[in-house]
Amino acid sequence: MTVGIVMLVHTALDRAEQAARFWAMGGCPVVIHVDVNVPKKKYVAFAKALSDVPTIKFSKRFRCEWGTWSIVAASQAASELMLNEFADVRHVYLASGSCLPLRPVEELVDYLAARPRTDFIESATTADVPWTVGGLDHERFTLRFPFSWKRQRILFDKYVELQRRLGLKRKIPAGLVPHMGSQWWCLTRQTLSAILQGPDRKEYDAYFKQVWIPDESYYQTLARQYAIEIESRSLTLSKFDFQGKPHIFYDDHLQLLRRSDCFVARKIWPHANRLYDAFLTDPAGAMKRTEPNPGKIDRIFAKAVERRTRGRPGLYMQSRFPNEDWENGVTAAPYSVFQGFTEIFENFEPWLAKATGARVHGHLFHPDRAEFAEGQATLNGALSNSAKTRDYNPNSFLANLIWNTRGERQCFQFGPGDNQDINWRVAKDPNAQISVISGAWSVPLFRSNMNFMDIRKEAARLQKIESDHLNVLRSPYAKARIRVWTMAEFVEAPMEPLQGILDEIGLTHTRRLSEVPKLANLTGFGQFLQNLKNQGMHPYLMGDFPVALGPKPAPDPARKPYLVR
Amino acid sequence: MTLRNELQRLPHFFEYYRALGVSHFLVIDNHSDDGTADFLADQPDTSVWWTPSSYRAARFGVDWMTWLQMRYCSGLWSLMLDADELLVYAHHETRSLAELTQWLEAQGRSVFGTMMLDLYPRQPLGHQEYNIGEDPLHCVQWFDSGPYRAQRQLPVHNLWVQGGVRERVFFQNAPQRSPTLNKIPLIKWHHSFAYLNSCHSALPPRLNREFDGPGSDMPSGVLLHTKFLPDIVEKAREDRSRQQHFAEPNAMLGYYDAILDHPCMWTPESVKYEGWQQLEALGLMSSGGWK
Repeated sequence: MTVGIVMLVHTALDRAEQAARFWAMGGCPVVIHVDVNVPKKKYVAFAKALSDVPTIKFSKRFRCEWGTWSIVAASQAASELMLNEFADVRHVYLASGSCLPLRPVEELVDYLAARPRTDFIESATTADVPWTVGGLDHERFTLRFPFSWKRQRILFDKYVELQRRLGLKRKIPAGLVPHMGSQWWCLTRQTLSAILQGPDRKEYDAYFKQVWIPDESYYQTLARQYAIEIESRSLTLSKFDFQGKPHIFYDDHLQLLRRSDCFVARKIWPHANRLYDAFLTDPAGAMKRTEPNPGKIDRIFAKAVERRTRGRPGLYMQSRFPNEDWENGVTAAPYSVFQGFTEIFENFEPWLAKATGARVHGHLFHPDRAEFAEGQATLNGALSNSAKTRDYNPNSFLANLIWNTRGERQCFQFGPGDNQDINWRVAKDPNAQISVISGAWSVPLFRSNMNFMDIRKEAARLQKIESDHLNVLRSPYAKARIRVWTMAEFVEAPMEPLQGILDEIGLTHTRRLSEVPKLANLTGFGQFLQNLKNQGMHPYLMGDFPVALGPKPAPDPARKPYLVR
Repeated sequence: MTLRNELQRLPHFFEYYRALGVSHFLVIDNHSDDGTADFLADQPDTSVWWTPSSYRAARFGVDWMTWLQMRYCSGLWSLMLDADELLVYAHHETRSLAELTQWLEAQGRSVFGTMMLDLYPRQPLGHQEYNIGEDPLHCVQWFDSGPYRAQRQLPVHNLWVQGGVRERVFFQNAPQRSPTLNKIPLIKWHHSFAYLNSCHSALPPRLNREFDGPGSDMPSGVLLHTKFLPDIVEKAREDRSRQQHFAEPNAMLGYYDAILDHPCMWTPESVKYEGWQQLEALGLMSSGGWK
């Protein structure tokens, strides 16, 4: 008993010849269908070149067009010839001219001999698979497709549209449940002959002639009628890109293909000499009895499709420049923005770095320069601290910074004294964690040695800027994780907010804060605010500070601000 | 391509692109006097045109080249390069340009975009040896992995990518003048096409728009820019006096002067070039799903 190879060929005849010889040498008879589109002269030369092999035959030629019945007709004619001519064939394997056998022929023969009643054909109902590209799934069985998709696209689309609008539907022959799958199958003589010689073949053929892409559904549906045991997978390894076009294998896929242990792969780049040399030479070494294992290839190619369709979040480059609000990721990784914390706490930055292990920058959008951590002049990715280049395109500055420091959490300080051009971008970024203590910008003014009229003026300016920023943060378009406290609220009970922020950053294990940053001395701050009020400038972002007392200098140590579940 | 006095780079250039499967070279020799003309005449797969006219007046050679492309490249994939540019794309060590372009066509694409990546040496400029025919990457191995900024420009919808080492070293205080780094050197040419501004942008605008969101990674490559070989200092001196480059030549005087000072472009943040996989991981190019 052996395996018969039905081969559909339309280009790269030299490679098809090589593969056919390989199969025949391994003891498998081959029936070749050559597309009528191949010029007669070429066909004759091809047939002549193979005429020295008695187990290679040529079947009646059809003009094949993708998506149409002609491909099924070609495989039917070739299969019939195979079953009639070669009585010892038990399985028939449908392959194309660009298929490459990856394992010695005997291994395939043995594998199938051990499974004499099994049909290997990928076959799933349309409702269950998301394979179809372009939207026609169940409708390919219920509409009519008289126009060519490749040559008459407009008519094709219009006619589909018309049938939909009129509600026209064809009847599926009684008893058939439409199934779809890869067109590369391997069927037993019993199943294949039942399909080809069944009493209803005329009716079924007439029906499938009007189905869209019948080579992916004819055998797949009918095998379900007759088969004893279906393994719903193809023995041919083939991968598809996001448009449903087959991935091509090149010389550099050699190791990957070898490790897949699959029997046959397609499509192969016709000039991949290394692949053809490696796989079509005589088998050396021990025979393997392993199952095909395309898992690794599947994963790698699935990743490639995702890279193509989704891209890498937060990356902006010459071939990835998403339109605003259509980004898959405004930035590449989560980061934290702190506003007002360095004003309230004396040692906030070193404390934060220690508590989280993150890289903690100063004011990245400071008017003089970007205050990188530890006073560095350039950061990962040769990002310069120059304010001029930063302000030339602040969105891009931030995207670059987060992209180039992937793998390390970034935190930075922000405030109303900084360049505000970045506010919308950050607010709309789900990667941003923004924590604001509103009104805290007044603490440096409180401690400064400026004249009071200048302080009043500056306070009014900063309050206006921060108020505008808060409006952005409160807009319905904001997607960042945003927390805002008034300063009065925050200094009243600073532990709980701090713990919440740290938990969300998530770099420390859930445990209670062991060390708290030191609150600045705010004695007299309430009076300072009252003085501003008395001057007619109303500072409201800080919340309500009592005039006489400063806030409690340190939180009550007995209180447990955070309960660990 | 258009070139002038590039004898140093040409032997390696031809070897590199022949290995990638370029079938024919069309070269405009703009009045070289260093033996370039003889070298070109000896190449079997090369057609050479010669002109003493002004490079600048021909819009930096674009007018000359557009005519050649219109006449000889229609219906073919055409690659427009400078002599100091080495094209890198996914799998370029193992797959030829034929494989790349056929795959692009199967995807319905007719354009392949790149970013120019300036390579520089570890030492101050001009302090090394470069032997003719040698791989320039032995001499200039370092690059800036960032920052690169992109924005879209009207009216022809081209992307404008700027940044990198030349900005860091020479244009820190004039980022708007920082060099344009995006190029679309590889196009399946049609006689109605034209490059607009070197090969940074092209007409019709749909060619520029082929790199459009929403958020996918389109296939793209990198042009390794070997401008900073040791002869850069000599070239800067010459260019300074010829003033054939750029739209406002006087604005470039500071740049030439800076190069004449033999600056060291290397910093601890510099990255050593290892291959296209590295460039893809850094987000400087993309295989675009070509596995």
